[in-house]
Amino acid sequence: MNNSAQSRKSWLTLLVMAGLVAAIGLGAAYYMEEHGHVVTGMNNQIVWGIPHVFAIFMVVAASGVLNVASIGSVFGQSAYKQRAPLSGLLCLALLAGGLMVLMLDLGKPDRIIVALTHYNFKSLFAWNMVLYSGMSGLVAVYLWTMFERRFNAWSKPAGLAVLVWRFVLTTGTGSIFGFLVARQAYQSALLAPLFIVMSFAWGLAVFLIVQSTIYAWHKQQLPPEVQRRMARLLGIFVAAALYLVAVYHMTNLYFARQGTFEAFILRDGGVYTLLFWFAYVLLGSVGPMLLIFHPKFQSERGMLAASVLVLLGAIAWLFVFIVGGQAFPLEIFPGFMASSSFADGAIALYQPSLPEFLLGIGGLGAATVLIAVGVRVLDFMPKDVAVAQAHA
Amino acid sequence: MFARALVLGLGLFAATAGFAGDAAGRTPHPVIEPATQGTQCVADPAYMRRHHMDLLKHQRDDTVRGGIRGAKYSLKDCIDCHASQKSNSVVKDETNFCVSCHAYAAVKIDCFECHTSKPRTVAQKGATQ
Amino acid sequence: MSTEQEKQPSSAARRGFLGVAAAGLGGVMLAPGISLIEVAQAATPTAGASSKVRWGMLIDTTKCADGCTDCVTACNTENGLSGGTKATDSQWIRKVQIKEIKTGRTASAPVMCQHCASPPCVDVCPTGASFKRPDGIVLVDRHICIGCRYCMMACPYKARSFVHEEITDQQPDVPRGKGCVESCTLCVHRLDKGESTTACAEACTKAGHGAIVFGDLNNPESEISRRVRELSSTQLRADLRLDPGVRYQGL
Repeated sequence: MNNSAQSRKSWLTLLVMAGLVAAIGLGAAYYMEEHGHVVTGMNNQIVWGIPHVFAIFMVVAASGVLNVASIGSVFGQSAYKQRAPLSGLLCLALLAGGLMVLMLDLGKPDRIIVALTHYNFKSLFAWNMVLYSGMSGLVAVYLWTMFERRFNAWSKPAGLAVLVWRFVLTTGTGSIFGFLVARQAYQSALLAPLFIVMSFAWGLAVFLIVQSTIYAWHKQQLPPEVQRRMARLLGIFVAAALYLVAVYHMTNLYFARQGTFEAFILRDGGVYTLLFWFAYVLLGSVGPMLLIFHPKFQSERGMLAASVLVLLGAIAWLFVFIVGGQAFPLEIFPGFMASSSFADGAIALYQPSLPEFLLGIGGLGAATVLIAVGVRVLDFMPKDVAVAQAHA
Repeated sequence: MFARALVLGLGLFAATAGFAGDAAGRTPHPVIEPATQGTQCVADPAYMRRHHMDLLKHQRDDTVRGGIRGAKYSLKDCIDCHASQKSNSVVKDETNFCVSCHAYAAVKIDCFECHTSKPRTVAQKGATQ
Repeated sequence: MSTEQEKQPSSAARRGFLGVAAAGLGGVMLAPGISLIEVAQAATPTAGASSKVRWGMLIDTTKCADGCTDCVTACNTENGLSGGTKATDSQWIRKVQIKEIKTGRTASAPVMCQHCASPPCVDVCPTGASFKRPDGIVLVDRHICIGCRYCMMACPYKARSFVHEEITDQQPDVPRGKGCVESCTLCVHRLDKGESTTACAEACTKAGHGAIVFGDLNNPESEISRRVRELSSTQLRADLRLDPGVRYQGL
């Protein structure tokens, strides 16, 4: 491990800054708990807001980042096999960050023990609590099989178990929305596979950013063929996700009863429409594909820019999906226009507040702290010399 | 260790805040306001001190999930008797019934986030609104 | 605490405490008549919810006047709600004004928790705090509600509200507090004590409108059963097959 003063300094700066961001996030959570959710922008119409956007992003990316490990351990690709431990660490860190935000946003976060001891197994939320904590344990075991030489032979079955578990987990996350019959944005079986493909894209984007950072700290160069392969993979995932989003909207557009909702998201929704077309489709999908597949842009910097754009697009899409889906009024009286003191028939307004952003970003900070500490304490650096020789 | 330090700290604070301890004794005690005149608690104090949380916890499930009201360990009945005559509450002032011991033992009470701490005669709709 | 009492020597401190305790106990000494009444009142619990009954409500929108909020006011008073209509205020029942798009016909109806037989809010609650009683009333057990608001996402009628700030003046029969989700309870505290109707139905009847009828859907002799047998009534979003206990006439 390279211990040069400069790389140590930049690592320390990142650790301190991320720690600060996480601490501010915790402070925001305390403020929210102390005064109640009235200090947030969430209300009885928009019940899940910015914190959930960030939390679900982190949890889905956590599952997807393990793709790298799966391609290595389960499918035997040696370049990816070197990167499996790092992807395992990223999974743990992102899960921790996402769950931190989710738990702290609860109306009664002091009742987490109640959540852990009372289970309604018809609820996907309850299943997810089991799946997320189980995922952490399983990934920890998986990491152990990779680091402990005696158990290296077990890393393949462990990798398989992790693969199956994360498919179940992400299906569960997508189905949290997919199983909701009430709202026009959800109630779709497509959401589970959509979330799985999204997880591939988001997880890989996070992985690429962290990987390049670590390489920079160690003053090493990411081998070009590895960089090209992983960048192409990101491009494929982004395209697949865009395809599923297109199918979701086209199916909705075909149903007469979904027409008004689709018009809202795709044309009349103001900030939601803007974020969907500009931030998700253009910046978050077409842009990265251009950077990855166009011969002019294919470089490590292009790959990193694409990754950042994918993540921005992810946040934008989640905002449109989660908040936009709630902003559109419930159709309690089909065929009627409705109005009331409770925003029936009206587009719900949502003005996210600072504590919500601080909490969400605080989760990212916490994940970064865990990653920074992890890569310092254990050797997650991929051993590319062997890879280069294997491909020579 | 920490619990003892906390209790000692609270005790010291209570003593200096004018709690009715005494100069000669070393351990301050909580001052618990007596309940309404002419009433009998559902069990003796020592038993209640040890088990009131279990009784209430069991009772709450019977009431909320089973719809059984007016049973022996009803929280509303407790408050009716134990609410302070002065503050009309079991948690408002330091010497009020619930908070006096709970502050002393440093155990946070969750009940009154939702339950009213006032007796029925005071809190019933139209009474104080 | 007990070990510290054991270690403490017989001293003024102990006597002081005993003095206070004795005064307290003295105040607690019983006069037989009074104490017997107190204990007796506490020891006759009600029977509890039974599945023989299914509570339901029938709302006649032809008798429901646009602009009238008697039911809402009654509910707010009964349950200790603030009556405010900010986006963060709880509304257990609200009046909805509807206008049929194709025909222009207008109507007005109160909407509250529909107390479905297959409630989606109960399915999605992670802790089981959202539950359905044997008599059909769907409630939130605020002792185990963690405030995740998933039930609010799941409800097709937007029936549930989240308490966004601290509450200090609750009604003794209706505990409610910050961080928990709540909704119409069909005045369960009244029904359990043997009263026969909800606050909203009572207020609407008292005011002479008669738009809300409350009763036992399982009892063929009850007024609500007779009415739904005689005249056509619908359930909101019947296509979802949730079988709500609240029915509407005149929609």
